[in-house]
Amino acid sequence: MKGRLIIWLPFAVFVIFAALFAGGLFKPDDRVITSKLIGQPLPQFQLPQGASDRPPLASAEFARGKPRMLNIFASWCVPCAAESEQLLALADAGVPIDGIAIRDAREDVDGFLARWGNPYAHIGLDARSEVQLSLGSSGVPETFIVDGQGRIVYQHIGDIRAEDVPNLIALWRAAQ
Amino acid sequence: MRLVFALCALLFAAPLVAQTALPPAPYADKQLDDPALEKKASDLMFTIRCLTCQSQSIADSNASMASDLRSQIRERIAAGEEPEEIRAWLIARYGDWISYKPTNDPILWPLWGLPALLLIGGGLLVAGRIRRSKKKERA
Repeated sequence: MKGRLIIWLPFAVFVIFAALFAGGLFKPDDRVITSKLIGQPLPQFQLPQGASDRPPLASAEFARGKPRMLNIFASWCVPCAAESEQLLALADAGVPIDGIAIRDAREDVDGFLARWGNPYAHIGLDARSEVQLSLGSSGVPETFIVDGQGRIVYQHIGDIRAEDVPNLIALWRAAQ
Repeated sequence: MRLVFALCALLFAAPLVAQTALPPAPYADKQLDDPALEKKASDLMFTIRCLTCQSQSIADSNASMASDLRSQIRERIAAGEEPEEIRAWLIARYGDWISYKPTNDPILWPLWGLPALLLIGGGLLVAGRIRRSKKKERA
């Protein structure tokens, strides 16, 4: 009797593996890589000026007692143009937003801001993605909320949609 | 037909539009002068996963983030940093996901232990067979 049962063991293992593979095939693909720096201090950086009419950006701006948003964008990035309306709404609501332009040139950033509006207080130019990599950011656009002590409290990956705005304002208020 | 061709052409054009017009970083596609350092850097690059093309290593990818990271790795190695320090720096930011090199996290212990267990199991099986066939011979 014992021998009878044991011959089914390989089949049972096969069924377990088949179920695992089938599960993996039908599970929606998740390609979002979150930063592991959430809850940790913002890395130190000092960037050159990214736009002609805005001061450059340094990490020191983020430890002055008030929470801020840090938006990673680029003039060549289409979803960044799509989220510009939402960023302007956030800025209108009183949220200070600083921008980092990735792999960009100042003239291109100027053109982008003239076309889509400028919600930023400071803009830094990260021509070689160095600050982006040090933040654990995996693409454009991304938005970080940094509390008054310079600690990263939240990361929004992808463009900000209109429905995300109230939640982002609430998170920014909570970071006070 | 022409429309199909145009659409196919567009398929290839899309990545160009999405990428930046800026030239690649200085050491993205240029080797370091010192072959020993270059080997250190390129060995590391083949085990770092690209954030944009997620099933490629940064050594294989043309994505702009991958080329920026290649350049950064070469420059940091040239400045005297060790590959494993750079790997740890990246893992602190992106998690184990970024590295293709298996770790010895507790969750992987069964995987490391499995070969030994299979070997012991196989050995026992063979030992049993030999004992049984010897018994048969004697009988």
